[in-house]
Amino acid sequence: MSTPSLPLADLVRQVRQSREYHRLTDAIPYTRFMGIGVENLAGEMLCRMRYAPHLIGNSILPALHGGTLGALLESSAIFELLLQTDTERVPKVISTTVDFLRSGKAQDTFARAFITRQGRRVANVRVEAWQDDRTRPIASSHALFLLSEP
Amino acid sequence: MSDFSLPTDPEERREKLGVLFTEAVPHNHALQLRLEAVGTTDATVVMPYADVLVGNPETGVVAGGAVTTLIDAASGTAVMAALNAFAAIVTLDLRIDYLRPARPGLPLTAQAECYKVTRMVAFVRALVHQGDPATPVASSQGTFMRVES
Repeated sequence: MSTPSLPLADLVRQVRQSREYHRLTDAIPYTRFMGIGVENLAGEMLCRMRYAPHLIGNSILPALHGGTLGALLESSAIFELLLQTDTERVPKVISTTVDFLRSGKAQDTFARAFITRQGRRVANVRVEAWQDDRTRPIASSHALFLLSEP
Repeated sequence: MSDFSLPTDPEERREKLGVLFTEAVPHNHALQLRLEAVGTTDATVVMPYADVLVGNPETGVVAGGAVTTLIDAASGTAVMAALNAFAAIVTLDLRIDYLRPARPGLPLTAQAECYKVTRMVAFVRALVHQGDPATPVASSQGTFMRVES
């Protein structure tokens, strides 16, 4: 495993300023493996999971693996917390509920996270994922994160 | 495609489902998921530790997303076990509680039990552990639906 050249907290602080989001997503092996990146589109921060054949769960349809959508939703929530709040460490997921609404086609998938509530220790985040049509989400989730430990 | 019944012999069940589990599911293969056991209503799946699964490069802890995939795969297989068929199913929802941090370097094992099947919907519980089921890393509750295909 490649170690990031900077402590993650420093990298996060720099990326908040520079908006070179790929520096952060590249530093996390799992998001790099999944092709999950952060993009700023029309002033809005979105996550994109680039389609790759290894994300498929059903070869016959074909459809994305449900787990990959869960991964995108969770990554999106984590990047929202890391980049849009001043939390210093990677938030730890406490619990997550994913609703699978439509099957994911073999193409790029987008996600947008909304922080419903941010307390001192716990944040509640809601995320939606879609493909062609944002008004027809393919998956949604709400999750709780632990921001810091006493 | 119609459903096909599973073999009754446990080892034959595991073998038949195991082939489908990885060959027909590229993402299971990508995460090196391995179907360890299939009972009449349950399934056990192992995910070996791998560098690409790391969600926090400072601690080496596996990303929650990979655990979600492991649970979804084990739970879906438990549904097929309970239906006793290579059934076409989809996940409706999945709730996961993360009970303790996973230890880096060790495989994760998901044990899923399909405890209720209705005409349309199947209900599944799962536990994820790293060798000792008494100290689980995560627990989950999911619902699945049969689809006509």
